[in-house]
Amino acid sequence: MANDVWVYIEHKDGAITPMSFELLGIGKTLADGLGSSVCGFVVGEKADDIAKEAFAYGASKVYAVEGAEFKGFRPDAYSKAAHFLLDKYKPGVALFRATSQGTDVAAASAALLGFGLCTDTIGLVVDGGKMKMTRAAFGGNYTVSVVNEKAATQIATVRPKAFAMPEKDASKSGEVVKEAFSVAEADLNTKVLEFIQSATAVNLVEADIIVTGGRGVGNEEGFTLIKELADMLGGAVGASRAAVDSGWIPYEHQVGQTGKTVKPKIYIACGVSGAIQHLAGMRTSDCIVAINKDPDAPIFKAATFGIVGDYKQVVPKLIEKFKGKLGK
Amino acid sequence: MKIAVCLKQVPDTEAEIKWDIPSGTLKRDGMDSITNPFDEFALEEALLTRENYDGEIVAISMGPEKAADVLRNALALTVNAVQQVSDPVFAGSDTYATAYTLAEAIKKIGDVDVVFAGKQSTDGNTGVVSAELAAILGWSQLTYVSKVRQIDAAGKKIVVERAIEGGNEVVEAKLPAVVSVIKGINEPRLPNLMGIRKAAKVEIPKWSAGDLGVDAGKVGAAGSCTKVVEIAVPPPRGAGEILKGEIEDIANTLTDKLIDLKVIK
Ligand SMILES: Cc1cc2nc3c(=O)[nH]c(=O)nc-3n(C[C@H](O)[C@H](O)[C@H](O)COP(=O)(O)OP(=O)(O)OC[C@H]3O[C@@H](n4cnc5c(N)ncnc54)[C@H](O)[C@@H]3O)c2cc1C
Repeated sequence: MANDVWVYIEHKDGAITPMSFELLGIGKTLADGLGSSVCGFVVGEKADDIAKEAFAYGASKVYAVEGAEFKGFRPDAYSKAAHFLLDKYKPGVALFRATSQGTDVAAASAALLGFGLCTDTIGLVVDGGKMKMTRAAFGGNYTVSVVNEKAATQIATVRPKAFAMPEKDASKSGEVVKEAFSVAEADLNTKVLEFIQSATAVNLVEADIIVTGGRGVGNEEGFTLIKELADMLGGAVGASRAAVDSGWIPYEHQVGQTGKTVKPKIYIACGVSGAIQHLAGMRTSDCIVAINKDPDAPIFKAATFGIVGDYKQVVPKLIEKFKGKLGK
Repeated sequence: MKIAVCLKQVPDTEAEIKWDIPSGTLKRDGMDSITNPFDEFALEEALLTRENYDGEIVAISMGPEKAADVLRNALALTVNAVQQVSDPVFAGSDTYATAYTLAEAIKKIGDVDVVFAGKQSTDGNTGVVSAELAAILGWSQLTYVSKVRQIDAAGKKIVVERAIEGGNEVVEAKLPAVVSVIKGINEPRLPNLMGIRKAAKVEIPKWSAGDLGVDAGKVGAAGSCTKVVEIAVPPPRGAGEILKGEIEDIANTLTDKLIDLKVIK
C-alpha cells in the first residue's frame, strides 16, 4: 500500500541479529498512526529465513530481492535492488538503521530515486498524516525536525537503540513477496577481498554498556583498568578524543562529534571533562555516570550519577563491589 | 591521475550558531568558519595520493561567497586548481540537491579518477553526501575508508580498507570512485607562510548554476524535498545526583543503583 512503512532488514552474508529487526517496533507505531502496515524488505542471497524472523518481530509482509550477486554486502548491488523495490512499490516511509550498511544503502537508493533523506534520526512521529523526523545537529546542541514534502517515500536512517526493540512472537507469519531483479557482475563496481576482524571488536554503537576513559586516565596503562570494568559489565570501551590523540587507544573507540554517536543504557565516563564535542556523542545515553576529580567538570551537568574522585581509587572499588554482587 | 577533493566550510564548533528560523537554514555569514574537520583528512589523502602516484588535484567547494577561504587554504597546501560552486539559488540545498550539484561540477571538471571527501560535516552531520554523489555519478561508492592501499589509475582500480562495525573490510573497486575518509587515515599537514601568501593573491574561479547547466528544479531549497519544520534546543539533562561520602559507601550505592537498572547481566 502506498502508505506502508518499510523497514530495511540488515544482515551480514545472511547472518542476522535481533538488532536487524529493531526498527520494526517504531515502524509498527508509525504504521498505526498512518493507518497502514509495517513491512520488511531484504536484499540477499536467500531471504526466507530472514523473512521468517521479520514476521516474528511484527512485519506483516516482506519484500525480497534474491540472487547470488547479493551474497555479501556491496553498496551498488544492494542499493540498486533497494531502489528497484522502493521505486516499484513506493511505500510512504522507508527506514534504515544508521549503521555503515544501512546508511550506504539508504543514501544511494534515495539518490537513485532523486530524493533527500533524514539521517541518524532520533525522533519519529506522525503529524498530520506525514512523518516528522527529528535529528540532532551541531553536535547535539540543536535538534532539527524535518518533513519530506515532495518525495513519494520519506526515507530516514535511524540511530541504533533510539527506539525500543519490538516484542518477538514466533507464532506470527506473513507473506514473502519475491521480486525478480538482478545485476550483472560486470556492472558492479566493488568486490570485497577480505574482512579483518578487529582484535578488540568494538561495536560501540550496539553496546548496552560503555566505560569510557578520557585524558584523566593518564596513560595507556590506565585503560587496563577501564577495560577491566567494561569486561566485568559485559560492556565496550570508549574514549575521548584527547585519549585517542594521545595514542593510548585506537580511534575506533572515540565517542563524540568526530567519533561515534552512542546511546547505551549505561555510560560510565572516567577522567572525561565533558566538552560539548564529547557530549554530542553520548548525551542521549539512558544513564550517565561521571567519575572525575574536578567537582566543577562540565560532565557532572550531564551525569545521572556523579562521583568526585580519582578514578584510580573509584574504579577498582566499583570492580570489587560488582564482583561480589554479580557473583563473578 | 586526476584527483578531486570536496571541501565544505562549516561554522567553527566553538562559534555561536545563528539560524534563519523561518527557512530553517543557517545564517552562515556572521559566523567564524573553518574547513570541515573531516575534509582536512580528505585533502591530506589527496595530497598523499599525488605524492605516491603523480597527478593533479582540483579542490571543489560548494557554498556561499565566503567559502572561498576554504579553497584558499587548499591552495596554500599546494592543490593544483580550485573551483568554487556558488549561486544564491543553491541556498537551502538538502543532501540530494548538494550531491546533484557536486556531481554536475565533477562532470564539468572532467576525467576525474578519484574524488575524496570527508565522512561527514560537523554542521549538518548527515554523512551521506559522498554516497549520494557516487550513486548519482554511477561511480564506486567507498565510505568509512580508513586506508587507501593502492590506486592503479591505468588499470582503473583502487583497493581500500573500510572501518565498519567489528573490523576492517578490504574492498577492491573500479575507478572512478568516490572515497569518503574517516579521522585517523592520515595526519593533515599545515600550510606554510609562503603558501598562504601565494594563495591570498589567487582569484578563486566560480561556477554558478548557469555555468553548470543544472536543472533549476533540482537545486537549492526548490529542489530539496526535505524541509526543516522545527529547530529546538534539546531539554537539558536533569542535573544528576552527586554521590557523597566514603568511597566504600559511594561504590556500594552506585553499584546497587546500576544493578537495579537490570542492564548488567
Ligand atoms: C572540531 C572538534 C571535534 C571534536 N570531536 C571530539 C570527539 O569526537 N570526541 C571527544 O571526546 N572530543 C572531541 N573534541 C575535543 C573536545 O573539545 C575535548 O578537547 C576533549 O573531549 C577532551 O577530552 P577529555 O575530556 O578526555 O580531556 P580533558 O578535557 O583534558 O579532561 C580530562 C578530565 O580528567 C579529569 N581527571 C584528571 N585526572 C583524573 C583522575 N585521576 N581521576 C579522575 N578524573 C581525572 C580532569 O579533571 C578533567 O576533567 C573535538 C574538538 C573539536 C574542536
